[in-house]
Amino acid sequence: MSELTRRMALRAGLLAVPALAAPPLVAKVGAQQAFDWQRFKGEKVEASLTSNPRSSLLIQHQREFEELTGIKVGAEQIPEQQHRQKFAIEFASGRPSFDVVGISLHVSKRQVGRAKWCADIKPLIQDASMTAPDFDFGDFGAGSVTYSTQADGRMDTLPEFTDYFIMYYNKELLAAKNIAVPKTFDELYIAAKALTDPAKQQYGFVGRGLRNANVVLWSSFLLGTAQRDTVSADMKLLTDTPDAVWATQMYQKMMRECAPPGSVGFNWNECQTTFMQGRAAFWIDGVGFAAPLEDKTRSRIAGKVGYAVSPAGPANHHCCLFGTAFGISEQSRRRGAAWYYLQWASGKANQLRYLTSGAGAPARSSPFSNEEAISTSRFPREFFTTLAESARIARPGLPEIVPVTEFRDTLGTAITNTIGGADPATELKRATDAFRPVLEQSERAT
Amino acid sequence: MANGATALPGGTATAVAAPRRRNYARRYGWFIVPAGVVVLAVILFPWAFTLFMSAHEWKIGGGHHFVGLDNYRKLFTDERFLWSVARTFYFTALAVVLPMIFGVAAAMVFSRNFPLRGLARTIFILPMMATPVAVALVWTMMFHPQLGVLNWLLTQFGIPPSMWIYDARTVIPTLVMVEVWHWTPLVMLIVLGGLASLPIDPYEAAKIDGASPWQSFRHITWPLLLPFIVVALIIRTIDALKAFDTIYVITQGGPGTSSETINIFLYLQGFAYYNMGYASAVVVVFFLLIVSLAALLLWTRNRVKDAA
Repeated sequence: MSELTRRMALRAGLLAVPALAAPPLVAKVGAQQAFDWQRFKGEKVEASLTSNPRSSLLIQHQREFEELTGIKVGAEQIPEQQHRQKFAIEFASGRPSFDVVGISLHVSKRQVGRAKWCADIKPLIQDASMTAPDFDFGDFGAGSVTYSTQADGRMDTLPEFTDYFIMYYNKELLAAKNIAVPKTFDELYIAAKALTDPAKQQYGFVGRGLRNANVVLWSSFLLGTAQRDTVSADMKLLTDTPDAVWATQMYQKMMRECAPPGSVGFNWNECQTTFMQGRAAFWIDGVGFAAPLEDKTRSRIAGKVGYAVSPAGPANHHCCLFGTAFGISEQSRRRGAAWYYLQWASGKANQLRYLTSGAGAPARSSPFSNEEAISTSRFPREFFTTLAESARIARPGLPEIVPVTEFRDTLGTAITNTIGGADPATELKRATDAFRPVLEQSERAT
Repeated sequence: MANGATALPGGTATAVAAPRRRNYARRYGWFIVPAGVVVLAVILFPWAFTLFMSAHEWKIGGGHHFVGLDNYRKLFTDERFLWSVARTFYFTALAVVLPMIFGVAAAMVFSRNFPLRGLARTIFILPMMATPVAVALVWTMMFHPQLGVLNWLLTQFGIPPSMWIYDARTVIPTLVMVEVWHWTPLVMLIVLGGLASLPIDPYEAAKIDGASPWQSFRHITWPLLLPFIVVALIIRTIDALKAFDTIYVITQGGPGTSSETINIFLYLQGFAYYNMGYASAVVVVFFLLIVSLAALLLWTRNRVKDAA
């Protein structure tokens, strides 16, 4: 893989073309006068990040930020689930130990927004003395900006990473049976069924079956229906409707008839192992797996992996969208330095690094148009085009509610049960009845 | 002159001070203050606060208000909680009985002299030294239904592959298998210590009287060893009841909720759903369960001691 050099990073900044429309505040970030990267020299910011390849990249390159600004960074990485608990408890204590926090928008957005734990960054973006002239807010995809904006209009996080559910496939297995890449879920089922051969321990499909983790795969099917969402605009649960039943039946067929035995307990790591050992033809999951799949020392299918957008459903064509972003603690006494860190962390150079290292899809648009970086990447062009196409059709894969984890657990248990043969309609009804009071109580508290 | 009074030069009489009892509590009482503060801070206050929270609807990031005993009422009608209690007892029963049987048997073997006994003992207690989370991660890889080494081994012997943790019917016995592997050495060590402390005289007398090895075990070893076995039983029971790390890392309570024990349920309520009030009620109920069970075991131990 070609390492991203300083030169490339600089060029990324110069060549970047804002691809998507940005909110009107962009216009105000035009003429800058007194911005100075050294303004908060000598301060120290604490960043609490989730453990993932992107945080590792930021920590690896944070010296670059320290040299640029004179601000010291104390960054820690904590596994995702534990990190969510840690920041929630620290925020609730009223004295968080960090200035900057990484947040999974698909899980914590509503919780963070409701409690007003993070500062609104819009005024900072609009302040010419606080925002670098080349920050280029318009470079962030409109979807990412919307995702980072709360219902009350406050933008309390800056987008970092967007995760689309894409379809990985084993080119060799498809070619052996002369099967084309499916465009719809019905075609996917037919192809996966044809490629399933338990005697050879070869399966047409692998996907998440573990409670909670499986809801995002199930959402991929639901997004293809006319209904698309799990919660209506007026916050009513839509998880036992005919469309939800269709999505569950599709999930059940794929997992029972085309997936390896034991998938009921598979999370992404078991799926990844199965797929990279060449035991499964199709896998629908997040974008972050290209790096291990293309690693010749670990993967038996390196160089044989195909990438495609998630197939279309009977009424719509979307892929699940998840995302992470950086927020500044409302309690932070180093808000200025923290904002500088955010500008650097979600800056063009780091965003390009995310893309070229396979760490994930950046929230900015410019990396996708960086021809030099893409052409020298170790990933095939198909990977980048899949990401760009996914960005076009992406839609949140989880509802924006506070009790997201409880929603995933309750619905996930029902979906898992269908893999064992339970009736989808009955299971969905039970899960919906169990979760409805939780959602209603949560909404009353809002 | 009255008792206790003496004449002083000058003619005045004063009472002779009776030997005063030293009030140690008054003079040295403040020495216990540091310990008292620690107990207050790390035991009593958390307990009082847990009880306080359990009487509130308390959500991290949200408000909290008093609900009295509602959380407790809700618990006893919450099917998921009741199932988690049943699963906890099922898991505990297996995870106590099996290591006890294997541990006592292993102690009997290792109490005898045989070549390389020291090495064999060391190897036997190795699992106990491993970090539970690391152990759990290794077992998870071994349980993989298609790529795990366990199914490969089974197929080498012509046995059909198992679904291990990936099937609701086999998940608890499989988790117990990990517990047995991990904690049988602890039981063995406790029992082995007991065996080493047994007197030789009764055995010599029994030998002179012509007792068989079984009779020696049944009438000498077993009664003398019983207090040690009860200690191992109490430690194992408490360990099994509070098992969390292994289960969480291997299954996270799944598939579905089929391995969701009280601890997993409690963790999810508190740290995944942030229902601190409800989670506190679970803690209180779980604490009472453990205390009752421990009291029962201690009572049994005393009975055994008296009988011995």
